[in-house]
Amino acid sequence: MTSSFDFTLALGDDALIAAQRLGEWTSRAPEMEEDIALANIALDQLGAARLLLTYAGELEGAGRDEDALAYLRDDREFRNCLLVELPNGDFAVTMAKLFFLAAYQLPGYTALAGCADERLAAIGAKARKESAYHLDHAALWVKRLGDGTEESHRRMQAAVDQVWPYTHELFAPWPGAPVDPATLRADFDTCVDAVLAEATLTRPADGWTPGGGRDGVHTEHLSYLLAEMQVLHRAHPGANW
Amino acid sequence: MTPREVVAAVVDPEIRVITIDELGILRSVDEDPATGRVVVTITPTYTGCPAMDVIRADIRRALAAAGHPDAEIRTVHSPAWSTDWISERGRAKLAAAGIAPPAPVRAGNVVPLTLAVRCPRCGSLDTEQVSRFGSTACKALWRCRSCSEPFDHVKAL
Repeated sequence: MTSSFDFTLALGDDALIAAQRLGEWTSRAPEMEEDIALANIALDQLGAARLLLTYAGELEGAGRDEDALAYLRDDREFRNCLLVELPNGDFAVTMAKLFFLAAYQLPGYTALAGCADERLAAIGAKARKESAYHLDHAALWVKRLGDGTEESHRRMQAAVDQVWPYTHELFAPWPGAPVDPATLRADFDTCVDAVLAEATLTRPADGWTPGGGRDGVHTEHLSYLLAEMQVLHRAHPGANW
Repeated sequence: MTPREVVAAVVDPEIRVITIDELGILRSVDEDPATGRVVVTITPTYTGCPAMDVIRADIRRALAAAGHPDAEIRTVHSPAWSTDWISERGRAKLAAAGIAPPAPVRAGNVVPLTLAVRCPRCGSLDTEQVSRFGSTACKALWRCRSCSEPFDHVKAL
C-alpha cells in the first residue's frame, strides 16, 4: 500500500462519513429550504466520496471497489477524521462541524487540483467548486446564529467550543502525501477568524487535541453510524437497486 | 442521423427542456474507425449528480435504436463542468421553462458573485435568493419580489 492510497482513502472517508451524518437531517431540518440544502451538500460529499474511494481501490490494486470500501470495512479500518463522525447535535453543532469541514476541504481540494496525480487533481478541481458553496452556506448560518439572538449566540458559541478541539487533527502533518494537510492551516485560520469575528463569536483557545481517526482509532459514534450504513449491504451482499 | 446527432438529442432527465448537449455535459462522440463502435464521453454537472445512471441508460437506448447497440460510455471529471458550457440555445430554453439561467462565471472566483437574477416569469430584477440549494444539485431557489413567484435558478459553477 502506498501513501497515496492511505491519503485518498482518508479524504474519501471524510466525505463519506460527512455525507452519512448530513443525510440524517433529511426530513428533520428546521425549515424546508434547509432540509434541501443539507441533502444537497450530503449528495456532493457522497459524490466526492465515490470518486475518491473508487480511485483508492484502484491504487490499492486488491480488487476492492467503492462499495467494498464503503460497506465491507470495519470501524478500525476507516481513516476519516473524528470531526465528521461526531453526532449532529443541535443545528448549531451541525453548522459548526460543516463550517470547519468546508474551511478545510476547500483549500484541501484546491491544493489537490494542482497536485502531480492527474486523477486526484481532477477530483480536486471538481470538488472544490462544490466545497465553496458548502463553506458559503455554513458560514452564513454561523454568522446568522452567532450574531442573532442571545439564545442563538449562546448555542452557536457552545457548538464552536464543543467542536473546535476536533479541528486540529485535520492539519496533522503528513509528509509525502499528495497534499500535506499542515500546509492548509493558514487558509483555514484566515477563513475561520474572519467568519467568527463577523459572527461575534470567540475562537476557542487551543487545548485538548483529540485525534486518531487517520490511524483508525475512532470514537464509538462511528461504529453506530457504520452499523446503520452497512447493514443492508452486509445482510444482502451485492444488493443493487 | 449521425451518432453525434442521436446522442446530442438526448434530454436531461432532471431538466427535461434541455438536451445534454445544450447543458454542456456531452464532451464527445467518436466512432472507433476499426470496429465502428461508438464512444461517448460525458461529464457530470456535480460529483454526486444522481441523474448520471439515467443519462447513461438514455444514451445507450438512443444509440441502440439508431443501430449502435454496443456503444461505450465514458465519464470524465476533468476539466470540471462549468455553467459557462451551457449553450445560448440551452439558456434560452431554460428561461422559457421558468428556470433562470446562470450568470457567467467570473475567472478567479470559485463561488461566483451573484448579480441580480432576472425573474424568468415577469422579467423583473427585483428578486431574492430563498435558498442556495434547490430541487436539483445544480439549482438554487429564488423568489421574485415583483410578481411573487418562486423560481429555480441554475447557479453559476
